[in-house]
Amino acid sequence: MNKTPRMKMREQDVEVRNRNFLEVALGYSYEEAIEEAKRCIDCKNPRCVMACPVRVKIPEFIKYLLEGALETAFETIYEDNILPSICGRVCPQESQCEGACILGIKQEAVNIGALERFVGDYGMEHNLADQTEVKNNGTKVAVVGSGPAGLANAASLRKKGYDVTIFEALHDFGGVLKYGIPDFRLPKDIVAHEIDNLKTMGVTFVKNAVIGKSLTIEQLMKEEGYKAVFIGSGAGLPSSLGVPGENLNGVYYANEFLTRVNLMKSRAIPTSKTPIKLGNNIAVVGGGNVAMDAARTAKRLGAENVFILYRRGREGLPARLDEIHHAEAEGIDMRLLTNPVEIIGENHIVKQVRCEKMKLGEPDSSGRRRPLGTGEFVTYDIDNIIISIGQKPNPIIKDNTANLDTQPWGGIITDEFHMTSIPGVFAGGDVVTGAATVILAMGTGKDAAHHMDEYLQNLH
Amino acid sequence: MYKIVEKKTLNKEIDLMRIEAPLVARNAQPGHFVILRVEAEGERIPLTIAGIEGNLVDIIYQKLGYSTKLLGEKEAGDTVEDFVGPLGKAAHIRDSKHVVGVAGGVGAAPLLPQLKAYKEAGARVDLIIGARSESFLILLDEFKAICDEVIITTDDGSAGLKGLVTDALKHHLEDNAGIEHVIAIGPVIMMKYVTLMAKDYKKSIDVSLNPIMIDGTGMCGNCRVSIGGKTFFACIDGPDFDGSDVDFDELMQRQSYYKDEEHACYLRLKT
Ligand SMILES: Cc1cc2nc3c(=O)[nH]c(=O)nc-3n(C[C@H](O)[C@H](O)[C@H](O)COP(=O)(O)OP(=O)(O)OC[C@H]3O[C@@H](n4cnc5c(N)ncnc54)[C@H](O)[C@@H]3O)c2cc1C
Ligand SMILES: Cc1cc2nc3c(=O)[nH]c(=O)nc-3n(C[C@H](O)[C@H](O)[C@H](O)COP(=O)(O)OP(=O)(O)OC[C@H]3O[C@@H](n4cnc5c(N)ncnc54)[C@H](O)[C@@H]3O)c2cc1C
Ligand code: FES
Repeated sequence: MNKTPRMKMREQDVEVRNRNFLEVALGYSYEEAIEEAKRCIDCKNPRCVMACPVRVKIPEFIKYLLEGALETAFETIYEDNILPSICGRVCPQESQCEGACILGIKQEAVNIGALERFVGDYGMEHNLADQTEVKNNGTKVAVVGSGPAGLANAASLRKKGYDVTIFEALHDFGGVLKYGIPDFRLPKDIVAHEIDNLKTMGVTFVKNAVIGKSLTIEQLMKEEGYKAVFIGSGAGLPSSLGVPGENLNGVYYANEFLTRVNLMKSRAIPTSKTPIKLGNNIAVVGGGNVAMDAARTAKRLGAENVFILYRRGREGLPARLDEIHHAEAEGIDMRLLTNPVEIIGENHIVKQVRCEKMKLGEPDSSGRRRPLGTGEFVTYDIDNIIISIGQKPNPIIKDNTANLDTQPWGGIITDEFHMTSIPGVFAGGDVVTGAATVILAMGTGKDAAHHMDEYLQNLH
Repeated sequence: MYKIVEKKTLNKEIDLMRIEAPLVARNAQPGHFVILRVEAEGERIPLTIAGIEGNLVDIIYQKLGYSTKLLGEKEAGDTVEDFVGPLGKAAHIRDSKHVVGVAGGVGAAPLLPQLKAYKEAGARVDLIIGARSESFLILLDEFKAICDEVIITTDDGSAGLKGLVTDALKHHLEDNAGIEHVIAIGPVIMMKYVTLMAKDYKKSIDVSLNPIMIDGTGMCGNCRVSIGGKTFFACIDGPDFDGSDVDFDELMQRQSYYKDEEHACYLRLKT
């Protein structure tokens, strides 16, 4: 068996990157990519492919890469994943492809994410994505939301010839890729490039259109001539911590914090019109990607002490492994088994957070050991606290669409064809699953396109 | 880009603009608002929809700080970058036979379509409108056309009664036992005191809350308000709420969190 260690990806130096918003992980050079690709043992029954939500043919693209056939490598990925540059950067590889890699049993898994990123970026630089404008078949389809679910759905339907329009509530496209995930993990020109690709393919983009308000789904279908609708409106509504003091000044939900910085560009202090107010001691509540992004963003904005408050232990942290490592290297302090119970203010401005120390009990429904209170408390002095403990779908579509079945928590209910309780109306991504991942959203968007095509063919 | 088809100066601080925005106009109702960005890289600011005609949407704004001043520099024929809506829940028109609207400053703009809706529903509609002085009163002709009684108050007595809207409201409630419902739209401090008075007189009270907003779709949580100990997002649950249990003091604090930064922006515009 190949014993070469996993090729490390070059990174910006910690002291430098803590002061800028440029990408932290610098990617592989061609030589590095080839070295890492050599580590793949090309299994007969590749477990990595089975562990990929969209079944990217991983050993196959790696083989082409090794042969120097980069175009073919790109096309191989692109057949299953239209956003390789993005997924290579943000997928939780350790719990998907890389987690299943045989090499990982005895040594380290092949760095599939880095290889996907390398090939994706090569494709982007050389404009390899298939942008042929397929002849319009005249059947109108509406896509609600421009996150990964909506983008993937629109791309697949356009390729099949449909006249596709994406309606987005905000003034810019990309969903969480645009307003949530910061530049130092996902540079925004990559997202812009993918959106331009779709425009070239002939997808129409309409901004400032809140479906349910500006136009209802019923109006889209009955008055505007859309024969099918795909809802990919995501899970944007922040969950509340439910402790006293949550509405004090200086308490942010991660979405507000990240939106101010990413979408509204408030890091361009002092010229931004939408500023962000941030002190030196910052608590971030939560242990997922959103929490890591918020903490690392706070650090880059100049906060000296940034710490994570998380009620479970280290193994419970749901964030991507890379991001946990990066965050720690950047000086983010992980205060684990610590659960905020009260936010304390003075003159309506946050001053302290009081937390209960936790211990781990028996496994809960998520399979992780349940955190239990110990009755022991600590109080930290803070200037701001950023809450990042999850999101659910906003209620706009649910409240303005008769006969649309939803879960008690607001998620849209779909059948095995991704169709909702309304014929011709499909849904996918976070609005169906609750906050999940880019690849799952993209996968269902694409899958739904296939069933929408079948549905539309049967209409005639 | 959204075209400004008409601009009218209502007083030296307040303008009306008529903007072409079919997607906003189509489903708009009283109580709905828009969010606009004057230019690319601009701030997203919420403004109530003051009227609709065909594809045209009226907004009435007070030139208070950076973004509203910048908007005020645009003229008919110019465009604004973004204009999205209708956002929020439409105002809840109660089943009341006699209502009194209380307007403070630019709050008159969002109040007008609501009072119209009450009039159309057959209610008796009175208005108490307050401003610093006569030249700051807006929309008087429009209100007179639909209201059964219009009472004016000014801080300096240059028009109507000298004093606050709450003074006039007290008299009006004393004199008109038949009033069932009060609607107050204006500065938070005014809505707070009108609410206290309405409760004293056992009248139902609706207010329109204006916390700082960014997206207007329930995504950021910046617009949260406390009502009866529970948190609501004004952009999707409001902006109109039953006033009786609103935590107005918290709202005032939250509105002022970015005061220093807003001031810095404003200074840049002036130089
Ligand atoms: C800060 C952050 C970091 C993350 N990091 C990762 C990561 O590292 N890896 C990973 O795999 N996943 C990550 N995620 C999760 C991932 O981004 C989401 O699972 C994914 O974006 C969901 O895609 P979507 O298309 O379903 O929805 P979204 O990306 O949320 O897009 C939905 C779009 O619909 C629009 N919309 C909503 N309502 C309406 C309406 N009524 N009308 C019109 N438009 C509407 C929204 O404005 C938005 O643009 C992260 C999420 C966040 C917030
Ligand atoms: C639902 C709603 C409806 C509104 N309707 C009207 C209207 O019809 N006419 C009108 O003149 N004003 C209205 N406002 C208030 C208007 O949005 C603010 O006056 C405007 O945003 C001020 O921006 P600025 O840059 O000019 O001033 P700034 O100097 O930035 O701010 C002045 C004050 O306005 C408030 N403010 C600032 N930014 C925002 C923001 N993004 N969202 C909300 N408030 C903010 C703050 O309390 C601040 O102290 C409404 C607000 C809300 C929430
Ligand atoms: S304005 Fe962002 S949630 Fe209401």
